[in-house]
Amino acid sequence: MHPVLTLVVQRLALGILLLLAASALIFGLTEILPGDAAQAILGQAATAENLANLREEMGLDRPALTRYFEWLGGIVTGDMGNALTNKLPIADQIAFRMSNTLFLAFWAALISVPLAILLGLIAVRYQNRWPDKLISGVTLASISLPEFMIAYILIFFFAVQLFWAPSFASINDGMTLLEQLHAISLPVAVLTLVVLAHMMRMTRAAILNVMQSAYIETAELKGLTTFNVIYRHAFPNAIAPIVTVVMINLAYLVVGVVVVEVVFAYPGMGQYLVDAVVKRDVPVVLTCGVIFAAVYIVLNIIADVVSILANPRLRHPK
Amino acid sequence: MLKNVPLSAVIGLFITASYFLAAIFASVISPYGMAETVGDVWEPSRIGYMLGLMPEGTPRPEYWLGTDQIGRDLLTRMIYGGQTTIFIATAATILSFVTGSVLGFLAAVTGGWFDQLMSRFVDLMMAIPSLILALVILSSIEATVLTLIVLMGLLDSTRVYRLARAVAVDISVMDYVEAARLRGEKLAWIIFREILPNALSPLVAEMGLRFIFMVLFISTLSFLGIGVQPPLADWGGIVKENKDGINFGIGAALYPALAIATLAISVNLVADWVLNRTTSLKGGRG
Amino acid sequence: MTDPLVKVRGLRIGATVYPPGEKPHDIEIVHGVDFDLMPGKVLGLIGESGAGKSTIGLASMAYGRGGVKITGGEVWVNGRDILKASLGDVRKLRGGEVTYVSQSAAASFNPAKQIMEQVTEAAISQGKFGKKEAEDRAVSLFRKLGLPGPDTIGKRYPHQVSGGQLQRCMTALALCPEPDLVVFDEPTTALDVTTQIDVLAAIKDAIRDTGVAALYITHDLAVVAQVSDNIMVLRMGDMVEYGPTDQIINHPQEDYTKALVSVRSIDHPEKAPAGEPVLKCEHITARYKGTSFDVLHDVTVALYPGQTLAVVGESGSGKSTLARVITGLLPPRQGKIVFDGRELTPDQPSRPIEDLRELQMIYQMADTAMNPRQTVGTIIGRPLEFYFGLKGAEKQKRIQELLDEIELGDGFQDRYPAELSGGQKQRVCIARALAAKPKLIICDEVTSALDPLVADGILKLLLNLQASENVAYLFITHDLATVRAIADSIAVMYQGRVQRYGTKTDVLSPPFDDYTDLLLSSVPEMKLGWLEDVLANRKMESAGN
Repeated sequence: MHPVLTLVVQRLALGILLLLAASALIFGLTEILPGDAAQAILGQAATAENLANLREEMGLDRPALTRYFEWLGGIVTGDMGNALTNKLPIADQIAFRMSNTLFLAFWAALISVPLAILLGLIAVRYQNRWPDKLISGVTLASISLPEFMIAYILIFFFAVQLFWAPSFASINDGMTLLEQLHAISLPVAVLTLVVLAHMMRMTRAAILNVMQSAYIETAELKGLTTFNVIYRHAFPNAIAPIVTVVMINLAYLVVGVVVVEVVFAYPGMGQYLVDAVVKRDVPVVLTCGVIFAAVYIVLNIIADVVSILANPRLRHPK
Repeated sequence: MLKNVPLSAVIGLFITASYFLAAIFASVISPYGMAETVGDVWEPSRIGYMLGLMPEGTPRPEYWLGTDQIGRDLLTRMIYGGQTTIFIATAATILSFVTGSVLGFLAAVTGGWFDQLMSRFVDLMMAIPSLILALVILSSIEATVLTLIVLMGLLDSTRVYRLARAVAVDISVMDYVEAARLRGEKLAWIIFREILPNALSPLVAEMGLRFIFMVLFISTLSFLGIGVQPPLADWGGIVKENKDGINFGIGAALYPALAIATLAISVNLVADWVLNRTTSLKGGRG
Repeated sequence: MTDPLVKVRGLRIGATVYPPGEKPHDIEIVHGVDFDLMPGKVLGLIGESGAGKSTIGLASMAYGRGGVKITGGEVWVNGRDILKASLGDVRKLRGGEVTYVSQSAAASFNPAKQIMEQVTEAAISQGKFGKKEAEDRAVSLFRKLGLPGPDTIGKRYPHQVSGGQLQRCMTALALCPEPDLVVFDEPTTALDVTTQIDVLAAIKDAIRDTGVAALYITHDLAVVAQVSDNIMVLRMGDMVEYGPTDQIINHPQEDYTKALVSVRSIDHPEKAPAGEPVLKCEHITARYKGTSFDVLHDVTVALYPGQTLAVVGESGSGKSTLARVITGLLPPRQGKIVFDGRELTPDQPSRPIEDLRELQMIYQMADTAMNPRQTVGTIIGRPLEFYFGLKGAEKQKRIQELLDEIELGDGFQDRYPAELSGGQKQRVCIARALAAKPKLIICDEVTSALDPLVADGILKLLLNLQASENVAYLFITHDLATVRAIADSIAVMYQGRVQRYGTKTDVLSPPFDDYTDLLLSSVPEMKLGWLEDVLANRKMESAGN
């Protein structure tokens, strides 16, 4: 087998192991900590007897390991059990909310990724001059604020003062795409701002790192035009670091979604998760938590695989 | 003393110090009591009046920042909120640093199975976003000031562990550490006299960034309703309490934004300065 | 009379520096330099680090690296002042009329592209040749430069060929567009000495065959003497001396040039082995953890009190590994180390403190061998305190004595390493080793990071200290000139084995084994025509076999 393939397979295997370990950690955390689903249903006033009965009824008295594998098997096969609070199947809720969240994340990514790379390139092109400094200043400011603050500032000015966009992002199937986009324009703007700063900074650093290499000097001393220096020599070496930056930030975006959905009352996974935490609906929290963690881990694995594939030393071994 | 400190760092130090002093002396400088209802719901602010943001003929408002959603003085709430937020963030940062750097240094210097075990566990913890882990944990336990500090401190110590270990590994392969080992020095000398003085600056700079992260983290948790619980005030909670006002054009929920941003930027400026000092010391030519 | 290809007048070059704790400011690094270079001739630019030689080389392509700016003067190439030329004209010049060979070909080749594409790129984009023509030309250059598989090597990626081969590929890259001038910037410095001679010969042949002119930049006068017609000696941005190679080498006028020419001429009569050896390595075999091959095979050497054993070899010969085995950082798989009549335990942590004290070490990079947060006084004082329990005034007095011994004198105790020059740093490291009153000091390439004149001073100091303290040195080096200067006995190492071992005279006298012969004959000598002589001899020998 080609050595690169071996490495990729190794990385994927490690990723699967990590996914398993992460799910075990999340499951284990709720096990170790005091309180369980039975306690949550019956509340503080429950007697020991009532608790024991309900635990038996719900199967909570069986060994944790057995329940972990049942739970894991359920998630993989799409049978995630019912929520404690409204007894509805979790899978139905997730199917509907997942598509909403992906819709939001997709548009945020579609806008922020090209914008971040473009701004990163501009910052490098005008390194240490005013466009670079302006971009760094704005990113510093946006890194210094939590997502929900940015959201309310945007709502205050664009929804309340200017009436440009709704402050609640409710969408339904009856709306046209354009109407839906208008509804989510503010949450998309917030998510874009949040990841843009990180992504732009990291892109700038990645490109600068490449531009300072000796082979770029060689290319300049060949009398190539700036365009050709960048296109032929910088670009092939910058792809891998930039893809890594993008993947890391998409993973970051997935987490940002949680808060932004709450602010805009957007019916997605994040809102579902936070709602469940407040209501102590442990089965929902576990399932949502594992799904968020899985998306985060998978994006990081993709970043690793891309940088393995893009490394010429690994692709063309001696 | 401040001769060689750049202006940005001086400003950063000044603002950071002001916030900490306000937090420490909150009960002295606050005009009213923390939970005291003093006026009507969402009364306008005097500052807005003085800036000329209100129609002519409006009477001069009583409260500097106005009042909140149940008529408490917002300036008082902001000061007490800052106290809670800064206290929790500081305590969590200290916990995170003590745990993370002690374990990180030990892992770097001893190596072997301890290093392997710790590092793999930290890899696992960092493979899951902190916010998600915090949400999972807070669904099972009661959120009190103490549990929040422990939770945030331990979750974040993974990052400090990684940094401390990386810095210590970098230093421990230097020839001067090898020279100390060959001389026959004990582990304590190597850690405290050879490694620590050279690891301190990057760690202190990182401490600033971790502190900012803690402020953002606790604010987010409180905003989501699973952090600091009422009647205690904190900046994230003030946003949650006053967010409905935004739809009526009342900006009460935006004051915490200003507070968090100025604090974060100030701490950032100080951290930048500390880091630059370090690199210039290392990069001394000649 | 033909016009010069390059005419430089009053060239001044500045740079912006960013000193810690101060505002960035401009300094001048080249203070007005003049020279002419006729077509097809080679001018050697020589000087120590900071002399401005690379900067001048790049100025002939109107290029400044990093914050470097050309601030004054004229640089005429092919009849026009390139400092006043438009960007378009400068681009025509770069890669067309003037090309560049850097010190590190490994970093200068783009890792993501095949060698052929990079070698022919300038020739094609400058419109000198079509793709097919350029590739044919590249293959013939590969052949001329002695690269293996000239027809296929272009298909490889840079990391797939060796350092010496890549350096030749870089020369092909520079020659491919048929330039009028090639700037060679330390092209052989990063190579092992046996590789250097081949690359040097290849470069010299290529220059002669193509009739190209060259600026040859190096710190090694013996190397530049082999390739150049004229030599310019530079020091701290000023021209010191400029003339034909023969005159500079054989009849230098200036004191600085004389010092450069006579460097490495320390005369050290060897001492015969006497008494019981202070160190005996017996049948040492060692490998690194997690690897499956031995880096040392059956190494046996001995070192006598107050003498120097030079362990010489190229990179990968195992010479530094031997030091790690002796210090106990890498316990050997087989064999034993006998120190001062007693066998040392293999691993360092279990050695008694007395063994640690009597065996000290000095490192190649003095920069990383001293804790940047400790003062010179602390650095030298610690062994005094640790081994002898000295404190207070007594310790201060001893520190000052040691500083006097290493010729630094007063006022150094409170300085930090960053405030010292390279040579001073290495002296402090020597004082730290001496402070322990050792019987043996392991010196690992202690002069290789230093400029020749500074290195010379360090070697003289080491010899004086040996005479007064009767300390033995295990001197690890790749530099045979250093070996000649200071060794009493020599062990030549090759691929983890001792290839040749004995007194200096024995090791350096024929008959040689093949490797020692190759190694010794590859060391450049400060003599015109040395390169031709060596190559002619090698040819005769191989014909004779």
